[in-house]
Amino acid sequence: MDVLMLSRLQFTATTIFHFFFVPLTLGLSVLVAIMETQYARTGNETYLKMTRFWGKLFLINFAVGIVTGITLEFQFGTNWSGYSAYVGDIFGSLLAIEATAAFFLESTLIGVWVFGWKKLSRRAHAVVMWLMAGASNLSAIWILTANGWMQQPVGYAIRNGRAELTDFAAVVFNTFSLLQILHVVPAALLLAAFFIMGISAYHLLRQQNVDFFTRSFRLGLVVGTIASIWVILEGDMHAKHVTKVQPAKLAAMESLWNTTSRAPVYMVAVPDEQNERNAVEIGAIPGLLSFLGHGDFSAEVKGLKEFPKSERPPVLLTFLSFRVMVTLGTYFAVMMVIGIFIRKRLMENPWYLKLMMLSIPLPFLAHTAGWVLAEVGRQPWIVYGLMKTADAVSPIAASQVAVSLVAFILVYGLLGAVGYYLIGKHARLGPEAVAE
Amino acid sequence: MLLESIWFFLWGLLWAVYFMTDGFDLGIGSLLPFLGKTEEDRRVMVNATGPLWDGNQVWLLSAGGVTFAAFPRVYAVMFSSLYSALMLILFALILRGVAFEFRGKVDGPGWRKLWDACIFIGSFAPALLFGVAFANIFQGIPIDQKGVYQGTLFTLLNPYGLIGGVLFVLLFLVHGALWLSAKTEGELQTRAASAAAKIWPVEVAVAVVFLATSFFTTRLYANYLANPLLFAVILLTVAALFGIRVFLAKKAFFKAWFASALTIVGATFYGVIGLFPNMFPSSMNPAWSLTAHNASSTQLTLKIMLVVVIIFVPIVLAYQAWAYNLFKTKVTLEDLAY
Repeated sequence: MDVLMLSRLQFTATTIFHFFFVPLTLGLSVLVAIMETQYARTGNETYLKMTRFWGKLFLINFAVGIVTGITLEFQFGTNWSGYSAYVGDIFGSLLAIEATAAFFLESTLIGVWVFGWKKLSRRAHAVVMWLMAGASNLSAIWILTANGWMQQPVGYAIRNGRAELTDFAAVVFNTFSLLQILHVVPAALLLAAFFIMGISAYHLLRQQNVDFFTRSFRLGLVVGTIASIWVILEGDMHAKHVTKVQPAKLAAMESLWNTTSRAPVYMVAVPDEQNERNAVEIGAIPGLLSFLGHGDFSAEVKGLKEFPKSERPPVLLTFLSFRVMVTLGTYFAVMMVIGIFIRKRLMENPWYLKLMMLSIPLPFLAHTAGWVLAEVGRQPWIVYGLMKTADAVSPIAASQVAVSLVAFILVYGLLGAVGYYLIGKHARLGPEAVAE
Repeated sequence: MLLESIWFFLWGLLWAVYFMTDGFDLGIGSLLPFLGKTEEDRRVMVNATGPLWDGNQVWLLSAGGVTFAAFPRVYAVMFSSLYSALMLILFALILRGVAFEFRGKVDGPGWRKLWDACIFIGSFAPALLFGVAFANIFQGIPIDQKGVYQGTLFTLLNPYGLIGGVLFVLLFLVHGALWLSAKTEGELQTRAASAAAKIWPVEVAVAVVFLATSFFTTRLYANYLANPLLFAVILLTVAALFGIRVFLAKKAFFKAWFASALTIVGATFYGVIGLFPNMFPSSMNPAWSLTAHNASSTQLTLKIMLVVVIIFVPIVLAYQAWAYNLFKTKVTLEDLAY
């Protein structure tokens, strides 16, 4: 394999791994902050116990998220020096702002939160948690702004052989970034809600700490219901914007080969990239794709054949990741709505609790699918329409990257195993085991 | 021209603050197997940096981010040229970070031993490699006209690079031992203080060797000779270095730590001033060097980033100072969190 392929694999592996941990940090920080606020306001010990128990799981997850994030910032330099030199004027400043304006606060306060129980008042300690949660999410917002620029580059001019910043406000208020922020941040809350509800369901099924876990479950249910419905509605807006600015991605998402008016969505389709067609198309819903893309059942949707082969994303992966994301997103909303209806009779519905417990990994899968769609669907471009991924890679020896890729797989594999083992262990132990 | 120069020194400052803050974390981690005789000692050591190391580490990300934002070509060429060294640093820091969090989560001596080993490697390796990398930057890196690196990881392991690595390790060991002396009590404190006193003369000796070798293998002194007033920076650094010994003898450990912090900042600026305006000098041809002027971002980006830095860095310093102050008391067995 060449440097390009190895670097792509390495970036894929390290990003996906990193993003197993990030959304839980983003969402759970807010939920723990809510619990701690309840405690600060009421002095009710159950809320303190909740803060401590969920806080402990949060911290284990946080540690892995933090350390794997460092690698990502530096990889732009190590593996994608062509990219860094070409767009650093814009992209670099967003990363630098993220570190200075958000990540510092998050990382300084995490230490204060963990070690400051006896040094700060109840109220001040809760404020620290809110600032932490705010800073984590602000961090994510800057990173998504940077990614949004790769999806839809704005506010630049090509001068001196590189992309130079001309309009900072346009970069910060980029529509694509805003849509991504409004999608990913609530989706992180949704993931955290499932995490809390799933673990609570495990204990409720065993009749352990029923009051504690019912309260936890309900908090997850409220937040999760709002988030799951929001993510679907916002996702629709997002798709319409993609139709406008990344038509090749949209065509690949639905595996639409020919430009079609009244374009349908097929319940089942099997893309056949070689022959530029779908091997199987079953269950057409006429006009639905036109409606989803343009808000009009008879609108024309561009097909893949409009684009030269060298400018099409890998169809199968884009198509599948979109399907997985949408199917799971629908499932999440359905589960939440069912939960709302049976919220007072949870203990009488063990099937639901069991299903919720088994569903813990699904939002992680949905997040990953969403990112595969966003990033693979943008190919062959690293910056859409501006720079190809192949032109972005560093002039380094493939052997170096091969070694680091293997090392990442080994080290991250180990970290992931240990991290999830510890989360699982402490989740099963329950609130009693959280030492004072 | 002016903006680029301001950014050059801000870039140096961020690295200096990183070494000053995370330096003692790396030092304590490297001292863990030697000073931590019992499990209690080791827990106290880890908790002595516990509330602070994460915030300290962000100075590294900030230094990296600012290199990317203000000098994208330097970022691109430097990080791809130093690929393997940088990857080793990253893996080490990853292990160190999770080890802090993981070591206390399962109760078993084998489990803790494993993560203590990770803390040691994860602290010692970055200390050494940062020194090797910066010394090599001081003397020049074999990059060609296009900024493509013409060497391997082993090219960096030359005598001058290794002296730089050893110097960094020693700076951080003393820095960490002093922090421990200030933060602990009893036998561990005695051991830490005596370690600082024993390592200090070696630190001085290697610093002298480094300063002397720099004269022959680098062009760092050119700026100093052109403007002799700059020698004051070196003198101040040496004064701070001796200040460590004075305060240590008086058992004024926090003051000794401050002197050590000043030494580290001074040592970083010794190199940064000598480099100016070079940021990544080519040893193959000086004309191929990356400088603050030929590798910077646009004036617009530099201006925006300057505003960001002027607003946020003082805020960051303020809340980090608050956090340091909150945790200035001795680490006791009652309030261990790791």
